[in-house]
Amino acid sequence: MLQIKNLHANVDGNEILRGINLTIKPGEVHAIMGPNGSGKSTLSYVLAGKDDYEITEGEILFKGEDLLEMAPDERAAAGVFLAFQYPIEIPGVATMTFLRTAMNAQRKARGEAELNTPDFMKIVKQKASELNVSPEMLKRPLNVGFSGGEKKRNEIMQMALLEPTLCVMDETDSGLDIDALRVVSDGVNALRNSERGMLVITHYQRLLDHIVPDVVHVMSAGKIVKSGGKELALELEENGYADFVNAA
Amino acid sequence: MPAIQETIEQVKEIDVDQYKYGFVTDIEMELAPKGLSEDIVRFISAKKDEPEWMLEWRLDAFRRWKTMEEPTWARVDYPKIDFEDLYYYAAPKSAPGPKSLDEVDPELLETYKKLGIPLSEQAVLAGVEGARVAVDAVFDSVSVVTTFKDELAKSGVIFCSISEAVREHPELVKKYLGSVVPTTDNFYATLNAAVFSDGSFVYIPKGVRCPMELSTYFRINEEKTGQFERTLIIADEGSYVSYLEGCTAPMRDENQLHAAVVELVTHDDAEIKYSTVQNWYPGNSEGKGGIYNFVTKRGDCRGKNSKISWTQVETGSAITWKYPSCILRGENSRGEFYSIAISNGKQQVDSGTKMIHLGKNSSSRIISKGISAGRSQNTYRGLVSAHRKASGARNFTQCDSLLIGDQCGAHTVPYIESKNSTAVFEHEATTSKISDDQMFYCQQRGMTDEEAIALIVNGFVRDVIQQLPMEFMAETQKLIGISLEGSVG
Repeated sequence: MLQIKNLHANVDGNEILRGINLTIKPGEVHAIMGPNGSGKSTLSYVLAGKDDYEITEGEILFKGEDLLEMAPDERAAAGVFLAFQYPIEIPGVATMTFLRTAMNAQRKARGEAELNTPDFMKIVKQKASELNVSPEMLKRPLNVGFSGGEKKRNEIMQMALLEPTLCVMDETDSGLDIDALRVVSDGVNALRNSERGMLVITHYQRLLDHIVPDVVHVMSAGKIVKSGGKELALELEENGYADFVNAA
Repeated sequence: MPAIQETIEQVKEIDVDQYKYGFVTDIEMELAPKGLSEDIVRFISAKKDEPEWMLEWRLDAFRRWKTMEEPTWARVDYPKIDFEDLYYYAAPKSAPGPKSLDEVDPELLETYKKLGIPLSEQAVLAGVEGARVAVDAVFDSVSVVTTFKDELAKSGVIFCSISEAVREHPELVKKYLGSVVPTTDNFYATLNAAVFSDGSFVYIPKGVRCPMELSTYFRINEEKTGQFERTLIIADEGSYVSYLEGCTAPMRDENQLHAAVVELVTHDDAEIKYSTVQNWYPGNSEGKGGIYNFVTKRGDCRGKNSKISWTQVETGSAITWKYPSCILRGENSRGEFYSIAISNGKQQVDSGTKMIHLGKNSSSRIISKGISAGRSQNTYRGLVSAHRKASGARNFTQCDSLLIGDQCGAHTVPYIESKNSTAVFEHEATTSKISDDQMFYCQQRGMTDEEAIALIVNGFVRDVIQQLPMEFMAETQKLIGISLEGSVG
């Protein structure tokens, strides 16, 4: 459902992505690992449609459509979700209000009716409890004063609510202790199904013990330099990235 | 939030301009001759059947006004107003004075219906079961109808047009009119004293809690007409009233002048909560047309433990020049000012408050939220002062500005004066922009630019929205979205 072909992208004239090729089929979980600065986060932003990137070559097809032609909100309505590495604070906007506005915006974009209040509350409460998100947290302004763990649980709760078909997670494990990591991973695993594709970006093998990927890619200097099964992550954990960095 | 959704839908329905109250009512009007002179003042006074003392009061103000100069200290810029090129009195021919509802010209009733103002006493505000609001409807220079008067009279509450109060309750008007904003106060207040046409009068007797919300709805319709309304609200000992005013005007190419005076008086243990939703025509996106809103609003906390709270939502007008203030005379008296001022297009806003602490242990609180978009300029100007007798005076001020785009301006001009060493004044101020990251985050979750901005701005002003009477919160959230239409992209 996702095909990235020879993707090149610049930021301020510097080439960050230098020919990415990646195909994700429905139901597959792909992990991307790699050292800092290899372009992992850039790839996630380009998929979501952030403004600051100039695509110089290549294409991205999502369910057969040209993703690069779509605005960020259109991509979201089409089913692309990005769990941010650093979720953004919006003062004064209760988390619950944000969730409802987002859900209804997507439903409207797809020509569906808005959810009424009781139905919405029911769904939110259920998803929130699965991710240890307290009712009190839903009333607080979005991400304002949230701990690292709270922010990440909130991201995954949004993912569960919005039910995307492509889940991109950018270092969702950073800033999490062992317990929080388990809660978040369980949340992600619960969303795995035969229709949904996932792209998990991480530095550490640790996350992949919980979210077991079908394919692992190693990214270095804007390219995927090696792909393999889940055992590739273990190999990396042992030997580090040095071999691949040199190879690139 | 459904209000935000509705906002977006409403915005989409308006294809020419975002201002939805821009229609003109076609109705036969009686106008005073153009221009300003003693004769015009006499004309207005005679039209209103006023007693001699009222005419003298006006003439005195007019003579003084002739010697005054227009103030220029505000951070606003506009061509000089030709005071001779205005009509100072315009009234629908069919409505020489307030009448009962069934006597009001259907054309006028239709106008208020279009504006969403419930003039029928059976009317219920949208979505709020059983909420009843008494309305005084002012059309250009006259009050056309006041609802629920009889029911209010049962509690001893007087709610009528100021013209009627001058005739029916002269002892109260004589005692209080000009006692908070003297005729000599400033250029526009003095002009208003000379030519004020109509407005509302409220008296809440001792110990009475007003049984319903009171509101006045101001509509400017006629071309080249100034509206000079005068509102006077008195809350006697231990009483309480919540009052709301709303304002709209048709879209016209020329600028129109609105110079109002509002005076509030609270005696011992009394409270007035005064809310404004000001949505005068702001002019088009190039700055053509729109209302000049030059208003003097002041409350006098005369008694001990008395309280006055101003809440304003300012989204309209080409130019706003307005500082609702409190004189905290009574011991333990309290003043509050909650403000949302939104400017878009080429609007200019210079607004704020004055908290004058005279009484011991008087306290005040100022929360101001300014939002600038387009090529607008938005200034907060405020004064907090403590008299030497105001021991234990306290103020907390929070002034937040939000910028949308890079061609607008936000300015904060706070003045603090203290002559008493025990006074404690705190001031906090922030200026922020809606960041690209916030926009992207909202868009990634599926919101369009407009949905994202409406959401973020409603978050920014939440503290103030919560101060509004509940019936008007949702309306205001919608209005905010509409006012910021076209502020991006």
